[in-house]
Amino acid sequence: MIGSLRDLLRRSWRHSSGRWGVLALTLLILVAAFGPLALPDPAAIPDAVAGATPPSASHPMGTDQLNRDLLSRVVNGARISLSVAALAVLLSLTLGTLVGLVAGYAGGWVDAILMRGVDAALAIPRLFVLLLLLVVWERIPLGALIIVLGTTGWFATSRLVRGEVLRLRHEPFVLASEALGAPGWRTMTRHLLPNAAGPLLVAATLGVGDVILLEAGLSFLGLGVQPPTPSWGGMVLEARPLIVTAPWAALFPGAAIVATVLAVNLLGDALQAALDPRSA
Amino acid sequence: MTVLLEVRDLVKRFEAGGLFRGARGAVHAVNGVSFDMTPGETLGLVGESGSGKSTVGRAILRLTEKTSGEVRFDGVDVYQLSGRELRTLRRRMQIVFQDPYSSLDPRVMAGGAVAEGLEIHRLLPKAEIRGRVADLLQEVGLDPSFAEKFPHECSGGQRQRIGIARALAVDPAFLVCDEPVSALDVSVQAQVLNLLADLQRRRGIAFLFIAHDLAVVRQLAHRIAVMYFGRIVELAPTDALIRSPRHPYTQALLSAVPVPDPGRQRTRIVLRGDPPKPTELPPGCPFASRCFHPMKDARCVSERPLLRVVGGSEVACHYAEHDSLQPSVPSSPAP
Amino acid sequence: MSELLEVQDLRIRFPAPGGGSSVPVDGVSLRLARGETLALVGESGSGKSLTALALLRLVPPPGKIDPSSRIVLEGLNLLELQGEAMRAVRGGRIGLVFQDAMTSLNPVISIGEQVRETVVAHRSLRGKDARERAVALLDEVGIPGARARYRSFPHELSGGLRQRALIAIALAGEPDVLIADEPTTALDVTVQAQILELLDALRTSRGMAVLLISHDLGLEAGRADRVAVMYAGQIVEEASTSRLFRSPSHPYTRALFGSIPRLESAVDRLVPIAGAVPLPDAWPPACRFHPRCPEVLPRCSVETPPVVPLAPGESSRCWLLVKGAR
Repeated sequence: MIGSLRDLLRRSWRHSSGRWGVLALTLLILVAAFGPLALPDPAAIPDAVAGATPPSASHPMGTDQLNRDLLSRVVNGARISLSVAALAVLLSLTLGTLVGLVAGYAGGWVDAILMRGVDAALAIPRLFVLLLLLVVWERIPLGALIIVLGTTGWFATSRLVRGEVLRLRHEPFVLASEALGAPGWRTMTRHLLPNAAGPLLVAATLGVGDVILLEAGLSFLGLGVQPPTPSWGGMVLEARPLIVTAPWAALFPGAAIVATVLAVNLLGDALQAALDPRSA
Repeated sequence: MTVLLEVRDLVKRFEAGGLFRGARGAVHAVNGVSFDMTPGETLGLVGESGSGKSTVGRAILRLTEKTSGEVRFDGVDVYQLSGRELRTLRRRMQIVFQDPYSSLDPRVMAGGAVAEGLEIHRLLPKAEIRGRVADLLQEVGLDPSFAEKFPHECSGGQRQRIGIARALAVDPAFLVCDEPVSALDVSVQAQVLNLLADLQRRRGIAFLFIAHDLAVVRQLAHRIAVMYFGRIVELAPTDALIRSPRHPYTQALLSAVPVPDPGRQRTRIVLRGDPPKPTELPPGCPFASRCFHPMKDARCVSERPLLRVVGGSEVACHYAEHDSLQPSVPSSPAP
Repeated sequence: MSELLEVQDLRIRFPAPGGGSSVPVDGVSLRLARGETLALVGESGSGKSLTALALLRLVPPPGKIDPSSRIVLEGLNLLELQGEAMRAVRGGRIGLVFQDAMTSLNPVISIGEQVRETVVAHRSLRGKDARERAVALLDEVGIPGARARYRSFPHELSGGLRQRALIAIALAGEPDVLIADEPTTALDVTVQAQILELLDALRTSRGMAVLLISHDLGLEAGRADRVAVMYAGQIVEEASTSRLFRSPSHPYTRALFGSIPRLESAVDRLVPIAGAVPLPDAWPPACRFHPRCPEVLPRCSVETPPVVPLAPGESSRCWLLVKGAR
């Protein structure tokens, strides 16, 4: 019924810059999934004596201040960063879509109440809330971190979805569905959601980039993901004292952050182009 | 003769929201419309933009909630039904929209669109749906392979046929056709009109055919109702309405229809004056401000004329018995 | 009546995705004399609107007018003009009235101001004189209470009045040629007649030539002096209005007449034209109408029919009219 996922990927591929995004992200996902199997997190076997060493044959990215293989650390960090971002965004997406759909479809006082709530929430800066929470809850487990990130990031999404729903609400094809006797939930899921999905997916993709940066920033401040769990932001934090003597220790994790966010954004562009059903 | 649909004093007001409607008044879209329909007949509902004709169609189907009045389908008050009961009734009354581009979900294949009614009401087991969809597509003149096409891969005429197939899937007894050919190319209009005529012959569906083009409506309608400012001003069998229109507005409308024949001279009635604003409901006849009837007087402005029988037609005019003009469609060409 | 506008072999090319090009206007030739109305009739996709835009060199990129085309306005070759000179022609010598007044008018500027802007751009009038001229134009197009209405915004006017305002803007430059692209399509039937009457009156009072573009054959009756029927980027028939309606010479025109519902009588069945209008990237070979033609000959799918002259100013692109073609 709806165009297949394969079709979507094929069309993203056609977009020249998006191609890089798809490739890069696929690579990253593969690395995050399987990398740690090949290159286990070396935190368990430090050889503290030698200290940071520059990139070499045995250590392509060099070693960090505790002489742990940096490549392994970056690869393991990928798993953490990507899964935190993906899951958090998934949560935001679900919450935001639900609220936006219902608000846009129902209209009236339901819409009014929901949107005033969202307005209030949007007035509070997300970073602030996160900082406050994480400073207090120092040793936050990863699961809880994901939930916190997810529940603080759905507000803008709900407005986006609501906007799309409002745009479509009175289109003849939606009325046709109602005329056929479709109950509200069916119209919402079959007709409104897929057509609102375009901007939604793009926003979600960019949201992943946002959360990666957010998480990296928090780890850099020593909050959120705690050592020894590898996290790119955390690695950059730890490499700060060595920035002059052993710049690679901060460079590689930092580059990883940049590359990932860039790939995600390029993918977002490509998805946007691919999702227009008219650009077959 | 059984009555399929009864509409009594239907009124629809769109309440204004202050900011965007200028004056804070409500828009009076439909101001007291009454008519009946029998099974298998086509009633043409004709009017210009702002006459309220589309709103009537939607209010009957409850796609828009009425403000007051009564709509009875098969003897049942449509507005007294619960959600579930209404959904069941919806199988009997369907709608075809004007714009073939927005009346189909761009992300759903034609087959999916046509099957939707079957799925919602669980009319067929899953395995048989495909076959039924193919049958329906063929019935509207499309090859079954269209089931896999997306709307943007089809032409306007093809999309409109898909929309018709979608409505037919639930086997309705009543179909509101809301300007079904206005957005189509001339050479395609005829195809769709023929299709609708065939469907009526074959399935006995009653059509409420809403349009602004009298020549198009004339093709299919057994009776025609002319609307002006939310009211029916004349309701008559098609031939009678076209040959001897009794309401001044009908006469003006007929005289303005472009006719592809330069040899025919006609008196074109040019309306002067302004129509009432949609937010101000005049107490008397809504056409009074532009009416050219020689007997127009103060009563027309203060007292609203009701639809009454004059000759073979129903007319809403205080002075319908008195000829305002010669019939506007001469039976032979002028020399 | 002198030849005012002459178009020869107008061809517009658009690059197609994946190389190659599509030619939505393919060899259109027309003539317009002062004081006459020519109706250009065709369905969507026939290329009629693009033709109108081409006359003003407003073809949207990436479309391009083929260099072999000729557009000559009273001896002036429009395709050779540059910048300022062409701008002077647009509005100053050829005026264009668009289809949908609601989207063609600036919603935040009063109609009087929009007329005045055009007056200032094309006539050397300023200040109060320009304003007076604008009021006079609004009056000329039949807007009641023109002076008061000067300050009205488009959304405050009815469809008919908005269209009149658009016409006033087109006239502000005092053009010799007025192109009206589907000027009544968005209007109610009772208003359509008024607008067409207005165009007719203006043509006579100002001695202009009018090119009326439409998809509605009925509108043309009694309005135009001559009609040119377009199909798939070409003019398939050109004739005087009375002759076209009395005895159309091209199968497409005949088929169109057969498929239009008539007011006076319902036919048992309308005769539709089979198939659909072809798209510019897939013009049928030889005669473009042959896949749908009810009178098709074997040769129609193989050899492009010539333009057969039938009378002065009348012609038809069809093998049926060539003696011995069957």
